[in-house]
Amino acid sequence: MRAFAELLGRLVLTPQRTAKIRLLVDYFRTTPDPSRGYALAAIAGTLSLNTVKPALIRDLLLERMDEVLFHYSYDYVGDLAETVSLAWEPPREVAPADIPLGEVVEKLQRAGRSEVRSLVREMLDRLDSSGRFAFLKLATGGLRIGVSARLAKQALAEMGGKDIGEIERLWHGLSPPYLPLFLWLTGEGEMPVLKTPAVFHPVMLATPVEQNDLQGLDPADFAAEWKWDGIRVQLANVGGFRRLYSRSGDEISSAFPEILEAVDFAGVIDGELLVGGTMRTDRATGSFADLQQRLNRKTVNRKLLADYPAFIRGYDMLFWGERDIRPEPFHIRRKALADLIDAASPEHFDLSPLVPFSSWEELDRLRSDPPDPVIEGVMLKRLDSPYLSGRMKGPWFKWKRAPFNIDAVLMYAQRGHGKRSSYYSDFTFGVWAEGEGGAMLVPVGKAYFGFTDAELEILDRFVRDNTVERFGPVRAVRAEPDAGFVVEVAFEGINRSTRHKSGVAMRFPRIARLRPDKLPREADRLETLEAMIGARA
Amino acid sequence: MKPETLLYPAPKGLYCQTGDFYIDPVQPVERALITHGHSDHARAGHAHVLATRETLDIMAIRYGDGFCGTSEVARLGETIAINGVRVTFHPAGHVLGSAQISVEAEGARIVVSGDYKRRPDPTCLGFEPVPCDVFITEATFGLPVFHHPDDAAEVQRLLMSLRQFPERAHVVGAYALGKAQRLIALLRQQGYFEPIHIHGALAKLCDYYRSAGIDLGDLRHATIEGAGRQDLAGAIVIGPPSAFAERWARRFAEPLAIFASGWMLIRQRAKQRGVELPLVISDHCDWAELTETIREIAPGEVWVTHGREEALVRWCQLQGIPARPLHLVGYDDEGE
Repeated sequence: MRAFAELLGRLVLTPQRTAKIRLLVDYFRTTPDPSRGYALAAIAGTLSLNTVKPALIRDLLLERMDEVLFHYSYDYVGDLAETVSLAWEPPREVAPADIPLGEVVEKLQRAGRSEVRSLVREMLDRLDSSGRFAFLKLATGGLRIGVSARLAKQALAEMGGKDIGEIERLWHGLSPPYLPLFLWLTGEGEMPVLKTPAVFHPVMLATPVEQNDLQGLDPADFAAEWKWDGIRVQLANVGGFRRLYSRSGDEISSAFPEILEAVDFAGVIDGELLVGGTMRTDRATGSFADLQQRLNRKTVNRKLLADYPAFIRGYDMLFWGERDIRPEPFHIRRKALADLIDAASPEHFDLSPLVPFSSWEELDRLRSDPPDPVIEGVMLKRLDSPYLSGRMKGPWFKWKRAPFNIDAVLMYAQRGHGKRSSYYSDFTFGVWAEGEGGAMLVPVGKAYFGFTDAELEILDRFVRDNTVERFGPVRAVRAEPDAGFVVEVAFEGINRSTRHKSGVAMRFPRIARLRPDKLPREADRLETLEAMIGARA
Repeated sequence: MKPETLLYPAPKGLYCQTGDFYIDPVQPVERALITHGHSDHARAGHAHVLATRETLDIMAIRYGDGFCGTSEVARLGETIAINGVRVTFHPAGHVLGSAQISVEAEGARIVVSGDYKRRPDPTCLGFEPVPCDVFITEATFGLPVFHHPDDAAEVQRLLMSLRQFPERAHVVGAYALGKAQRLIALLRQQGYFEPIHIHGALAKLCDYYRSAGIDLGDLRHATIEGAGRQDLAGAIVIGPPSAFAERWARRFAEPLAIFASGWMLIRQRAKQRGVELPLVISDHCDWAELTETIREIAPGEVWVTHGREEALVRWCQLQGIPARPLHLVGYDDEGE
């Protein structure tokens, strides 16, 4: 566990790809099976564990620690697993041990529901601080280390002197702790033979449209289609095996059995997973909130299947039967896709329609006022673009709906968590409303990002220099018609709310710009926000 | 005499009215007693300064000979009377020359810890517990999350990285006074005898440590123009943390950014600074050491200053020890 914990610590902080690969290769070379295989699974996101709830580890710490001290600690560190791993004090008679990762994982996998609590306590007592951190991140399923599955595979390729393509091809047919894979990589065994062919192909991604990107591009070279607010998937039916993958290559077949059953064509298609009715059935498409009812589930029950039927809105085609058509231009692939979907089940498949447009200005208007709430913008695809894995600028763009903007006045600030714990970085802002004593500011939302590090310095300094009152961790800052700080707040939508004093609640607010050039009296009024309710950006 | 009339926070720092002196004042005063040479505690411009020989020397190195009007050497363990107040310096284990200051009058004794630590440090005398009515403790790492690991193991992590990335210069940020020299001494203790390259800002202080009899081995200047980039591949370079933002740090072969500080325990701190290899090496007490020290000294009362006062005050209250925060301004709790 010590080597794994050190590896995680280094990977998180190491920016260079080559250095990450070296750390991984060294770890895989020096760590025995099955620990290295479980580490690979943890990094690549293929490890399934009975996840431990964060509340449990918090409870365990509170068995030994004063609640007030816990809150001070958690507030400072900002991450529960890290707080617990650092503040945990094993009994004096227990010497810290280096328990192999394989043993820890297998114990967690075997533990019954009633045994989890005592197992976690025992592990926390026996491991050292960094081991506890790695263990808690594994057990709570919160491992984020900035290493993609692709990079881990690159490290495997270097370790064994193999081609990464071979590893990609094998990958989805293997499972943790990957014993045959490591035997092959170390030269002690033959290349693993798969029982089922693996069929996931990394997807093609778009880059956002930025200032001046479209200047000099001819609208006639591009097709536009709506950007649907679901999840991107790849559906494959190859060699008699049907699979549904998320865009990262995770298999999600078992959560969407109705789609798998409906497949009556051979090939690989790319599309958006949505719920509700397809265009071919003329029923409304469900929102992302509806889709969420179906996500992150290993299985699905009859009621969910009936209430939230899933379907795929086709975007592209990679394989036509056995034939790889990725090198073909977009318009050819799309024609093939349209024919395929036309013959497929109308409840489970439809085709993402093209959006006709003749100028960028026209498309900009369409993007700002799309015909369906499940649309989050438009996609632009070069008619001659081949299907290329990954994200590169040029062939495909995404152009999202513009958010709402208002000018608001900073009212309260609170220190951030984690790396921002020395900054006032959580801001409550308000707009003007008519009160009993004339115009007054009412808080309308909170934002804790959107600004750059340099802007954060400015905001933090303003808060420190203009605090007028403190309520525990919260500081009230100067906010008067002629003295205060105005920020431009961007948000995705606004609804009525009975929970907020102002009567409105914003979706996804963030600070888009600082407006030191404006006085608070120039900030927006509550009526302006109320007029935006129900409007669409 | 009540302790709170013997010593209390005033705008210029912790003040003893009876003795008419300040301890570690943040602005120029007539008479200052200085616990140690870190710049937030030892400032230039006082009329009269009382401190250990080493602290006075360090102040002279940093500020020049005219850093104060007159100075007087405080010998450890020797009591000096100042206007009827009995003052004694005791080792604090923080950096070379660091001292706690015991202030005693009319049957009340207050010990001002200054900054202190309890772990063995090859570059300075160890902390000496002094019985007292009031113990004024720092709380830089006064949260239960701070448990500093074994410093030898941290140094081993650095040596491991040298083996793993021999083509990269290992550039370590460490405070110029204390941390840098301790890190060098720890590396030597772990059997690392290669030349260590130091930034110019460290040179005089390293020379001073050597003159005090502390063996730092082969030190080379990393500031000399024209030092070949490839020469420092696989070598250790130590500089003050501020130097990382300067062009100085760009001269090395694929520098691997390292920082030796107690703050490196918090992962986001390391990430925020762009540190690739955080070394948790601290010249302050961790939580366990702070609480054990209070238990050991068993003072009548604890006053807590610079750092996270609220948690340590809470702990004292849970133990039934009267405690309160002492709000002193002007100390840099990030400076470790």
